[in-house]
Amino acid sequence: MSVFFLLIIVLGFGALGFVLGRSRALASADGNIRNLHSLPNYYGFNVALSTIIPALGLLAILSLVLPILIDNRVSTFIPADSISEDTTRSLVMSDVRRVADGLDTAVAAGAMTEDEAQTVSTETTDVRERLGAVGVALGSNVEPFVLRAAQSYRAQAAAAQLWTTFLIIGVAIGGFAISFLRTNREFRARNVVENGVLVLLMAAASIAILTTLGIVFSMVFETRNFFQDYHWTDFFFGTTWSPNFRGDSDLGIIPLLWGTLYISFIALLVAVPIGLFAAIYLSEYATHKFRSFAKPAIEILAGIPTIVYGLFALITVGPFLRDYFAQPSGLGESASSVMTAGLVMGIMLIPFVSSLSDDIINAVPQSMRDGSLGIGATHSETIRQVVLPAALPGIVGAVLLAASRAIGETMIVVLGAGAAARLDLNPFEAMTTVTVKIVSQLTGDTDFASPETLVAFALGLTLFVITLGLNVFALYIVRKYREQYE
Amino acid sequence: MTDLSAGGIPAARPKSSLLTEDARTKKRNAAERRFKIYGLSAVLLGVAALVMLLISILGNGLSAFQQTYVTLQVELPAETLDKEGNRNRDEMAKVSTFGYSPLIAVAVENAVTEAGIETELSPQDQGDIISKEAAAQLRNFVLANPNVVGETITFEFLANGRIDGYLKDRVTRETAALDKNVSPGQLDLTDALQEAGILEQRFNWAFLTMPDASGQRPEAAGLGVAIMGSLYMMLIVLGLALPIGVAASIYLEEFAPKNRITDIIEVNISNLAAVPSIVFGILGLAIFINFAGLPQSAPIVGGLVLTLMTLPTIIIATRASLKSVPPSIRDAALGVGASKMQSVFHHVLPLAAPGILTGTIIGLAQALGETAPLLLIGMVAFVREYPSGPPEGFFDPASALPVQIYNWTQRSDPAFVERASGAIIVLLIFLVSMNALAIFLRRRFERRW
Repeated sequence: MSVFFLLIIVLGFGALGFVLGRSRALASADGNIRNLHSLPNYYGFNVALSTIIPALGLLAILSLVLPILIDNRVSTFIPADSISEDTTRSLVMSDVRRVADGLDTAVAAGAMTEDEAQTVSTETTDVRERLGAVGVALGSNVEPFVLRAAQSYRAQAAAAQLWTTFLIIGVAIGGFAISFLRTNREFRARNVVENGVLVLLMAAASIAILTTLGIVFSMVFETRNFFQDYHWTDFFFGTTWSPNFRGDSDLGIIPLLWGTLYISFIALLVAVPIGLFAAIYLSEYATHKFRSFAKPAIEILAGIPTIVYGLFALITVGPFLRDYFAQPSGLGESASSVMTAGLVMGIMLIPFVSSLSDDIINAVPQSMRDGSLGIGATHSETIRQVVLPAALPGIVGAVLLAASRAIGETMIVVLGAGAAARLDLNPFEAMTTVTVKIVSQLTGDTDFASPETLVAFALGLTLFVITLGLNVFALYIVRKYREQYE
Repeated sequence: MTDLSAGGIPAARPKSSLLTEDARTKKRNAAERRFKIYGLSAVLLGVAALVMLLISILGNGLSAFQQTYVTLQVELPAETLDKEGNRNRDEMAKVSTFGYSPLIAVAVENAVTEAGIETELSPQDQGDIISKEAAAQLRNFVLANPNVVGETITFEFLANGRIDGYLKDRVTRETAALDKNVSPGQLDLTDALQEAGILEQRFNWAFLTMPDASGQRPEAAGLGVAIMGSLYMMLIVLGLALPIGVAASIYLEEFAPKNRITDIIEVNISNLAAVPSIVFGILGLAIFINFAGLPQSAPIVGGLVLTLMTLPTIIIATRASLKSVPPSIRDAALGVGASKMQSVFHHVLPLAAPGILTGTIIGLAQALGETAPLLLIGMVAFVREYPSGPPEGFFDPASALPVQIYNWTQRSDPAFVERASGAIIVLLIFLVSMNALAIFLRRRFERRW
């Protein structure tokens, strides 16, 4: 029985439980609501929740754990000597799964009986040909041990499914029965239901923590595997990046970090002055009418997806910079360059800097401005010598947040910066970043045993640590500053 | 006393008047004006960047909504398409697209002679002004309507990408002379056919409904599968992120005790909002695909990853709107005997709903445009089949709008730049309408206390 169908059954039981629980409570109070401890609906909810929640929780756990268990048991069928140099256990396992799926298809199409599928052997039949007849194309001939593993896989999967079905329905009925029998006029249904709901709310809130843990563990685990194959000093201090899928690659992070920081630096060089001056003008000088038009226009920039900026860099900014700056001055030939990516990323960050700075400038108390204007300073002197120094910590925080955004940005650099890892000062040269290399190492055919793939996790972890550090520091500064004037 | 000490030295008379500016005042006023101009030019630069971005995208992409079609009379001879003559679809399916392309070439030749156009091109070259996709389209049409075999039907064919590019000024006679896929003679033929009314440009619905096509056939590439994939992912994000986000916010805002754990959760959420999106892609790859064994390129994985990314946005918006409901509402509910839970679910939550909805729509809009994490979970794959209906369709391979755009930018044919920009216009239309809906809801329903 499919998971979806089980879900429907459990939810059906829950709905039934609601109706029955409610009517049983009413019956125990002789139909008079005032004799009940809680409102009748709470008795219904109590039965429905006790039916649904444990069953669904168990279903979630089983559907995660069972496939792993089955994989472990089936992989004992694979003899160690069959795992040669050019294949791995996981590749053989995916062969096994493909054959098992093929047998399923054959049974569904009526080309084999269920018995035949479980007893067929490679000595008597050409399994590849028979599966081919029902439209299942297999790459190579089926090895005897693969077929036996596939048959065992099918048997265990069928057994697991049967057990899951029984167990889930059993738990649902059990929860239903216990809560239904407890239902009577004295039962404090509201308190029980509200406690249950509170637990659900807490579970939802802890998903944020689970996500962080998931991020950290998934990367730490694979990074550890990577550092077993590749020495960590070579990774952190190596100055060449040349992955080679036949092995023996140089995977030094320095050129990637250099590209990342260079591009982010140019982006901040564009975004910070423009964003800061825009924020000053909009909050201190602009008329109401101008502000109501210009502020949303700048903020639209923040809502545009980064792929759009990437395409803008690729088809407009890159060729423009190449034709009018790089080629005439002889600095470079390539449309994708540090400058292209930096400029476009700077445009993306303008609204980010300007709206954060706007908030911070507005938080400076009016009395400070009034005092400065009162002793005869001009408006711009007030801003430069009173407002900005008072807002400085917050603005630094905003710039740090923008920097962390720039370092983690992917699509603009994938489309605008190029793919060559290079340690160079020329901004019209193509360079690459940490994020670009994560994308290029993890897309396409990947083999999760080679350091060339696993390096992406180490890169991801480095990126995560850098951006997290910047964020925590920036939020600390911003928060500390806010407290001063509140 | 003061008179004495002050009176000793007569105060120096100011040499200037307030009414005439001295040099220093002029300098200060000039600095003031300069400062103001810097500010104004910064704002104008920002707006100009937006305008340039939009002009670039619209200029490159609007032509994707126009497509060149050639209307031809095609003979469908029964002897080649249906040898048995019993109109059995399975037997007719044995005739591959190679059986159909000569029919199209003949149809072009007939149309050319009928219109009285003189050309030196070989019949093969004449046929090449039609898209290579056309044979497959004709075959699908015939297999869907077997009884048209033996008749002559009027059918609209896509013109080849280069011919389409010629009408959109992307291909000129000079570039065609250097291009092995198109010759200047074919462009002359195109002009003549257009004059005869056989070839024309029309609005390109197929761009929104058809699946992607291979790198040699940009004229047939469409966004159908990508839009379906994005829609599925948005459904998953809405179905998971909204309830979880609202539940988490209610707990944190209304019930959580002020202690370390609550603090950790709050710091966690604000940090999650700033984690680079690509890191979520790594999470999706490691946890959902490698560990949990969900299929690659499936909307379910994309939806789960985007859910985790959208959660912080929804939680922050929901908490803000729960906070804006005045405490008097809660006090009144508690005062008439409601429990804490009842006061929240019956009174606070409905009053906060418009703000929650607005935040959710904005979070969805962000998720819709997200590309980087989807690249890592395999949504870059070339998918031509539409996913089936939910819930099975959530597990079928699909593409997504932003990933499709990325995919097209990686192809060599310049016609795909037009397609990618056109796809961005579609994406931006979705985003603008979602944001407009959010603004409308906020204006219409939000209460100020």
